Amino acid sequence: MKLTAPLIYGFIASILLVSAPHTEHLPIWVSTICVALLGWRGYLAYSGTPLPSRWLLLLITIAGVAAIGIGFHSLFGREVGVTLLILLASLKLLELKAVRDATVLIYLSCFIIITNFFYSQSIPTALFMLLSLVVILATWVNLQTGSLALKPRLRIAGLLLLQAIPLSLILFVLFPRIQGPLWGMPQDAYAKSGLSDTMSPGSMSKLSLSDEVAFRATFSGTAPMRAQMYWRGPVLWDFDGTTWKRGQNATLQKPMLSDVGTPVDYTVTLEPHNKLWLFALDMPSNISVAADMAPDFQLLSRTPVNARLRYNARSQLSYRANLSEPPQQMKRALDLPRGYNPKALQLAAEWRAKNVSDEAIANTALRYFNQNNFSYTLEPPLLGTHSVDDFLFTTKQGFCEHYASSFVFLMRAAGVPARVVTGYQGGEYNELGGYYILRQADAHAWTEVWLKDRGWVRVDPTAAISPARIQSGLSAALPDNAALPFMARNPPQWMRELRLNWDALANQWNQWVLGYNPERQFALLTRLGMEEITWQKMVMNMAAGMSLLVGIFTLILLRRLVVRQSDPVQAAWLKVCKKLSKAGLVRAPHEGPEDFTVRVIVARPQLAEPMKDIATRYTNLRYAGADDESALRAFKDAAKSFKL
Amino acid sequence: MFKRFKQLFRNWAFRRTVETGTVVLNQRRIYIIPSKQGFAFALVLGLMLLGDINYNLSLGYVLTFLLATTAGLTMLYAFRNLAQLEIHAGYVEPVFVGEQARFVFHFNNPSTLARYQIHLHDDSGNESVFDLQPQCSTPVDLAIPATKRGWLDSERLSLYTHFPLGLFHAWTYIHFDVRALVYPKPAAPQPLPAASAQNGMGKVMAKGDDDFSGLRNYVAGDALPRIAWKALAREQGLQVKQFSAQQGYSLWLDWALLPNIAQERKLELLTRWVLDAEAQGLMYGLRLPDGEVMQQHGTAHRAECLKRLALYGMSEK
Repeated sequence: MKLTAPLIYGFIASILLVSAPHTEHLPIWVSTICVALLGWRGYLAYSGTPLPSRWLLLLITIAGVAAIGIGFHSLFGREVGVTLLILLASLKLLELKAVRDATVLIYLSCFIIITNFFYSQSIPTALFMLLSLVVILATWVNLQTGSLALKPRLRIAGLLLLQAIPLSLILFVLFPRIQGPLWGMPQDAYAKSGLSDTMSPGSMSKLSLSDEVAFRATFSGTAPMRAQMYWRGPVLWDFDGTTWKRGQNATLQKPMLSDVGTPVDYTVTLEPHNKLWLFALDMPSNISVAADMAPDFQLLSRTPVNARLRYNARSQLSYRANLSEPPQQMKRALDLPRGYNPKALQLAAEWRAKNVSDEAIANTALRYFNQNNFSYTLEPPLLGTHSVDDFLFTTKQGFCEHYASSFVFLMRAAGVPARVVTGYQGGEYNELGGYYILRQADAHAWTEVWLKDRGWVRVDPTAAISPARIQSGLSAALPDNAALPFMARNPPQWMRELRLNWDALANQWNQWVLGYNPERQFALLTRLGMEEITWQKMVMNMAAGMSLLVGIFTLILLRRLVVRQSDPVQAAWLKVCKKLSKAGLVRAPHEGPEDFTVRVIVARPQLAEPMKDIATRYTNLRYAGADDESALRAFKDAAKSFKL
Repeated sequence: MFKRFKQLFRNWAFRRTVETGTVVLNQRRIYIIPSKQGFAFALVLGLMLLGDINYNLSLGYVLTFLLATTAGLTMLYAFRNLAQLEIHAGYVEPVFVGEQARFVFHFNNPSTLARYQIHLHDDSGNESVFDLQPQCSTPVDLAIPATKRGWLDSERLSLYTHFPLGLFHAWTYIHFDVRALVYPKPAAPQPLPAASAQNGMGKVMAKGDDDFSGLRNYVAGDALPRIAWKALAREQGLQVKQFSAQQGYSLWLDWALLPNIAQERKLELLTRWVLDAEAQGLMYGLRLPDGEVMQQHGTAHRAECLKRLALYGMSEK
């Protein structure tokens, strides 16, 4: 097989298509070099110039690999692997000589497609995969057929893919799923943005610029009020002057809820964030997956969430949490770094002197925020070493983390046990899908203070300055010109609906395609009426389904092999000939009806009468132009009733 | 050793009858196994599946299954590419030893599907590749080098295809009762016996210029000394001198009068002379130990003589 120019163009197109989604995370110089190499190859094919010498290619390869090694500080890991694959595929095309090499390149292209799924598995990615597959298959067909033009090639490739789709659907549903991972994964496998277990000025406002979905939630009954939707994440105890950290819980005591009201039940589909924590409404009491409840009511999964996770949870909206807290935890809830924020310490001491109860101190603090020209902004000014002092007395502009941080600082300074809670607040309701979308932009930080007889009570200082943030969301709380992500602002109604419809579709895709794991498979098959599901049964069903479809395809595919006789006269005549051939009287290809009749009559004199009649009718219809309806029907009847 | 077992297995597993007339490739005649590339692809798919499981790549499962089912479907396509073809063997022109016998097979594609990249080859690696248009009959040549005089059998031929992706090898065997007649290789130019008996070797030119009657175009088998080199130098193409004196001569090409050389050399020499005598328009006859061909002239006569030489000492099969 010759490697023709169209074939080379096909390879160039394939490699370009499969690497295109990677340009986002490839170093720019690698993309540039790959495009240059492919362009060079395209020019060589176009002008018919011989390929560059092997020494030159070897030199480029070594230089490229070395540069990647230096750039990434390693030659192992996923990012490096993908980069190397793409570079080597482009180089391979420059030394393509035999069909075997070309086949390797095809396999390589398929492999590069799969590496793209590390980064994205959305619907557009799937559609793009189909497009790439058509191009790869068309190139592959070209490799085998050589001279075939582009259009029939694309047709064959498209048809193959169309027929493969229903078959692979059966495989997808019924192929026995195994829960991964089978072996350890490189650390960079699941780098995601999201909440972290520390909080410092700016960390929340940075997140609020992201449109990315954190999780989706569906309530089985009526959803609670928006102002009550505090999705609890990491609880932060330890403060070093700038940063809040989770620290170590000083107790093993199980968290206790008392005086609970009516619970709410809901399902959360959590996007992978590669961390341990799971999100649930304040305060969670039950969860359907393997998770531990920390003494501070934080849900922690036992393994990092590195695949989309679906769980059912139950929460209590009215509660008394941990009426008795062990002293060592109380000590943590009052601890402050020494030598920071002297003015804030002084303010807290004044409040303590004026008020008797802890509750009154908390209310004083909220009033203080509310009445001293504090403002809520995404772009707060930078703070110095005494961050709380700077914020409280100088800048007075901040995002939720500033308010939460300074509130807890003030409380602790006044002797009220307090802690910071991070998570998400609110959510956007998708009417089409009937669920709430929580985006990174909904990330929020609030606080809890421990009051005697009431336990841990949620206090959201942000609500004191900007109640709109809690009741209607971020966009309502900020001026119009703030640099908010598109969806967090208020777009026109139609655009909003379009986005919500798209998200509903993406949610279905996530639930059924991307989240299709062993449990989902089990649930689906049970719903479809399969009992006692074993993998043997699944394989048997799969085989049955596949054979049925393959049978249908065989019929469709082989149908065109059978030559249908469209001419009724010819068809009837051939029927007669077929009957005769069973008796050993085979009409030779060169034998006309008259000669054949003579031969038949000699061999079987008793057939003389009907045979002559049929031959005459046939020749009349065929050659005498007597092709009217009745003559044709009479001939057909004669042919039908002809018997040996 | 392995090759021998392979051969034995083949003979046992696949029919070995010689066929006449038109052969239709039905499903019982077409065999399919994955090709080397097919096995390699299966390996690649296996690796992909492992990756999908390990990294929980749902879309990876989709891609893997799509590729796997596509690969599976190409088996049907490969079968379809050969199925229902009608083949019959055509006439094979006789050739000389050292030339290539062109076996002709007429492939009829009665269906409305085009067939791509069908390979026809024999066990010695002679191969011919072709496409077939829908509802069309196409003659396909298979050139097999003729190494021995006598009948050259096409032997059993394989017809295979890797269409569309090269993952499956679909093939069938065809063995028609066609054979090519292979004439002995003409010996190096030698003067004809009767006309040059006294002149010795290679002295055809010495017969005198008066007999020269003109030039004619060169045909394969003409003696080298007769080539008009001057004409060639004048760029008039390859031409051969004709001598009028030789017109009307009749001669016997007699086995018994040949010098004592090996039998095959004798046959080669006689072949040369038959060609030369025919080219010079002489009446010539052929006397062989097992019979003679009467003095005659013409293409049919030449063919008859050459056939006798080709089959000399062989039992007619």
